[in-house]
Formats: sequence, structure tokens, C-alpha cells
Amino acid sequence: MKYDKVFRNPDKVRQLSMAINRVCKHSWHIMEICGGQTHALAKYKIEELLPDKIRMIHGPGCPVCVTPVGIIDMALSLARRENVILVSFGDMMRVPGSKDDLLTVRAEGGDIRMVYSPLDALTIAQNNPNKEVVFFAIGFETTAPIHALTIEESYRRKITNFSLLTSLFLVPPAIYSLMRDKDCQLDGILAAGHVCSITGIEEYRNLALSQKVPVAITGFEPFDLLYGIYKCVLLLENKQYIVENAYSRAVTFEGNVKARQLMRKYFSLTNVEWRGLGTLPLSGLCIRDKYEQYDATKRFQLKTGHVKKERFCVSGEIMKGKMLPDTCIHFGKRCTPEHPLGAAMVSSEGVCSAFYRYKI
Amino acid sequence: MKYTQCSLPKSKYDRIILGHGGGGKLTQSLLSDLFFPAFANPFLNQQHDGAILPVHDGRLAYTTDSFVVDPLFFPGGNIGDLAINGTVNDLLCCGAIPRYLSAGFIIEEGLPFDILKKIISSMAKAAQEANVVIVTGDTKVVERGKCDKIFINTSGIGVVRPDTQISPLNAQPGDVVIVSGQIGAHGICILSTRDNLGFETTVKSDTASLVDIVENLLSGVPEVHVIRDPTRGGLSSTLNEIASTAHVSIELEEEQIPVSEAVCSACELLGLDPLYIANEGIMLFILPGKYAEEALQLIRNSPHGKNAAIIGQVIGDEKAELSMKTSFGRKRIIDMVSGEQLPRIC
Repeated sequence: MKYDKVFRNPDKVRQLSMAINRVCKHSWHIMEICGGQTHALAKYKIEELLPDKIRMIHGPGCPVCVTPVGIIDMALSLARRENVILVSFGDMMRVPGSKDDLLTVRAEGGDIRMVYSPLDALTIAQNNPNKEVVFFAIGFETTAPIHALTIEESYRRKITNFSLLTSLFLVPPAIYSLMRDKDCQLDGILAAGHVCSITGIEEYRNLALSQKVPVAITGFEPFDLLYGIYKCVLLLENKQYIVENAYSRAVTFEGNVKARQLMRKYFSLTNVEWRGLGTLPLSGLCIRDKYEQYDATKRFQLKTGHVKKERFCVSGEIMKGKMLPDTCIHFGKRCTPEHPLGAAMVSSEGVCSAFYRYKI
Repeated sequence: MKYTQCSLPKSKYDRIILGHGGGGKLTQSLLSDLFFPAFANPFLNQQHDGAILPVHDGRLAYTTDSFVVDPLFFPGGNIGDLAINGTVNDLLCCGAIPRYLSAGFIIEEGLPFDILKKIISSMAKAAQEANVVIVTGDTKVVERGKCDKIFINTSGIGVVRPDTQISPLNAQPGDVVIVSGQIGAHGICILSTRDNLGFETTVKSDTASLVDIVENLLSGVPEVHVIRDPTRGGLSSTLNEIASTAHVSIELEEEQIPVSEAVCSACELLGLDPLYIANEGIMLFILPGKYAEEALQLIRNSPHGKNAAIIGQVIGDEKAELSMKTSFGRKRIIDMVSGEQLPRIC
């Protein structure tokens, strides 16, 4: 693939790696926010190309990982209902709730469909007018606009048997919360390029200024990641607390205004729980009261049941950079991708799972 | 036999009903109108309870596989040719010349006759191409909902070539790993046909029997240690299995692994890794390094082997792990896939 060849070109990657080594004079802790970036760092062994002075901290940016157990339990209970078709993204299928996962409930007879595009859930609803179709809408700012679009489309097509079980997170509030944590030693941030393509740069400019932390907006290919790190190190060495757009082929200053309008129309800010991090103020989205017929928690009067604390899991500490996955005593022993004990191991993009899979 | 000529008028049933599996006249008409003519050969034509086959000197290879693919028809093939090619390829992996196949069908009532006919005719064509005969078979019809349209089991017998010792146990340090073509096509093709994944691709399944490649290779190279077809679980699972069976490590070179652009882009889009995607027309060969170039040429000279490549080597390391040197010269471990590969969202 030509695109890949450009952004995975070994010579260019080596040149960038040398450039980082040249400009890096001090020790820095840099966090990549997004799980996709964590996955790529692990897959291409990019950390081995960095000077020892740079330590990467793998942030909380995987929506599958941070979706709380209580909401997964709600999805499981919906999927067990006779008249419900639960529609989900593929990677939520094996994430365990308190007891089971969606794959188990499907094996027991639950009607659970996997889609790649949320809009396909609407087609399922149209084709099954006698069933209630619930889409398990998880994600960050990247997927939230598409979820909003399903509500808009559902309204336009007069589909009345469709609703969403949402678990939607916003990245900047989580970063603020991490920065406020005294133990979190974070010097620079690689912001997730695809999130910024929606949010734009403004929000991150405020973050950089107020928290005195440089932010490099970064893509996902090996070249992109190293370029983001290079830019971030330059800012750190020059003590510049600003945002650098190192992913300009996808991110513009104002972001995707239309997508944000759509998000604001159907969703409002709310406090949400992040699996592994706890409840963070105004860090998520919920469906506005005006559109409550699309909110599965209200439509089916779902309540969060009692959820046992994941007492063996130190995901929160790992996502804050206080610990590395392989310093956890359960890593690779009691806790594996087949039997995850908590957030960072449940999805292929979780940091523990990436560490385990690629044996960093 | 009289009743074989007394089939019911074809127009009466345009789809399979329970009676077609009942062992009576309908079953007989199904056999005589469809299966016997399509698969005709002297062994099957005896219409006996089992096939009586000549005994060969030497060793026999025997294998079985069941096929439950959904959808039944996909770009590049269907469940019928898949069922023949899969079993033929398994025999080839034993170093055998495939000879005789059995075919068992479990059919859901309501399956349109036209569909069954297409499947049977693909099977007949695939068998002819692989130079095997279907010598015995069975048909059962189950109630609607008890199976998904049609399931096929094929078993196969092949005659192992004298002087070949092919087994996963034989992989040893100094061997090279050769793959016969571009990987990942079958799995990506099947995923793209699942209606709710909503992506389109031009990728066709690679389903094929690889008699030509194995024939060319084994006739030209005196020593081949392992032959495997990396079907479910893809290249990574098969090579991991070989590493752990033979207690050796295998090191791949990322840049050498042939993957088509279309499979590459589909994998990028869906968040999948081509190393874990199923193949149906690809073989892996492990053989001594000294024969590597010669073997590669022989494979490339075969119709199905044009894109063959040397992708790695076996090293004497007791960790028994599969690793890959990335394009940037770093090494990473390639683990077995855990469960089903699921598309990720971002």
C-alpha cells in the first residue's frame, strides 16, 4: 500500500529516530493518549528507537477499556431479553462485565449483531420492526458524532424501535484529571490525531497553557508517531507550552465544526465513570432529555447494579504512568487477554494487552 | 437399478425437503439425478455402502475436515470447491498424492435445488482439477434451523510419496520458511461478504488445491521437512504450532511476507493483522536453506505459486517462539491468536 510505504518507510523512520536522539537533552515522560497509538508503538517497537531519556506513558485512550463494568452489565442484560437485538462494535464482544461477556450471551441464544458502522444498526432496526434494536454506542469524540447521526437518521427515517446504550468519553477532561494527580509525572502529551480532527486545536491550546504541558497532535503510523515525539521533545527542550500540529494532513485548527454541532444537538456533558480511573467530572456525554426515547437506559429503565471493585487491577496506576504493565504481579499470569482482570487488558488497544501481545 | 431411473418430476420440488434425507425414493432420486452423475467414477458407480479401494504399497495419508462457511458463495469460490480443496491440501501437507475423497452432506430443509446443484458442480470441477475421485458419500436433511443451509464434511486418502518424511516435527535450525503466495485473501473476502460489516473490497478468496506446487517441489527438491496450509488462525497460528511441536524458534522478515494491497488496506480499515487471517490457497514449506532458491523457483514456476517468497528461517532456540523482524529492524513476538479476530473501532 503506497500510503503505508510512505509513512512506514524505514529510512525516514531511522532519520527521525536520529533527529530525536540529537535534540533530546533531558529526561522526559511523554504520554500518548490514544490506544491506537499505544498499539502502534508496541507493534512497531518504536520505543526501542527512542533515546533512554524518553519514557512513554501509555494513556487512557481506549474507549473499550474504559467503558465501566456497570454499563457492560446493562448491555448483557439487554442482550438477554427476548425482544431485543443488541448491536455492537466487534471489540466490545469479549470484554467481560461482572460475570459474562457478549460472546457468552450470544452463545446462550442472545441476538447480538456485530457492525462496523453504527448506521448499519439502523438498517437492522428497519428490517426487524417487531424487535427493539439497541446500539451499544461506545467511543470518544471520534465516534460520538456518528452516534449522534444515528439518532438524527432514526428520527428522519421514522424508526421507532431504535435506541442507544451510550458510553461516551471526552479526552481533555481526562487529561486535566491526570495532570491534577500529584503522582502523575507527565511532561508532554501526544494528542490523538483523529480526536483532534473533530475537536480542533483550541481546546488543547488551553490545556497546554493552563497545565504548562506541551502537546503534539500526532497520527498513528510509525513516521507520524516519531514525528509527534520529535515535535514534543523540541517543545519540551525549549520550554514552550503550546500545541504543535504534527498531523496536519488530517487535523485543522477548527476541526470538524459540523460534527461538533451534531454532537451538541443530541448529547450533553455529564460526569462519567472511566473503568480503572473512577468518575471524572464532565468527562462524558449522555443523550439530551429532549431525545430520551433514544436513550436505552430510560427506554428500558436500566439501573446500574452492584459492581464488585476490580481489586486486583492497577490499570489506573498504569494509565497514569505510575506503573508499567509488567511490574504488575498479575500481568501475564492471572491477567491475560483471555482472562483480563481489568481495563487495560480487556481490549487489544489497552496498554497491558498491547504489552502482552507484542511482549515489549 | 430400476428405482434410480424412476426419479420424481424435477419440477415438483425446487428445494430440499426432509424426505430427500429419508432414505426412500426422494433420496434415491437426489443421488441418481445429482450426485452420481456429477461425481461419476468406477468406485462410486458401484453404489455400495462403502467404496472398495485397491491397497497400495507403502504408506497412506488420511484426513478429514468439515466446512460450514457462511455465506455459501463468495467471490472466488463456494463451500463446494472449498470442501474439496481443503481436504486435498491437507493430504498434500502429508507429502501424499491425493486419491480418494468421501463427501458427507448435512442439508437444512428448504435449501433451493439450484444452490445445491451449483455446489455439487463446483465440487466435481475441483475434484477433477485436483485429480481425485469422490468414492463414497452420505446425505442427511435436517429440519429448518437445525443447521445453516448446508454443511459438508470431506475425508481424503492419499498415497504418501516414497522417501518423503514430512511432519511438523522435522523443522530444524538452518531451514527456511517459504510461503507460496500472498496471504489473507480468503479471510478478508469472507469478512467483506458478511452484510453487516459494511465494507467492500475486490479481494477474492484464494481457494485452490495446490497439487501443482507440491508436485513440482517434491519432484525437484530432495528434502522438504514441513508442508502446512495456514487456514484458520493464519500464518501466525500455523507457524506457532510448528515452533512448539518441533521445539525450534522461527524468525520472519516482515518485508518479505507477500500481502496484496487490497488485503493490506482492508486490514488497516478493520484493525486486523494479515498474519492472523485465514487462507485457503496458500502453503507453507520449511526446508533446508541450501535448497531455498531452487525450491522458490520450482514453486514460482507453478500456476498457483507465482507470488511465492522466502519469508523467514528456523533457528535453534528452545524458547520455541515465533518472532518477526519489523521493517525498522526491531524484533517482535508473534503470538497465537486468542479467540476470533474482531474488528476494532479505532
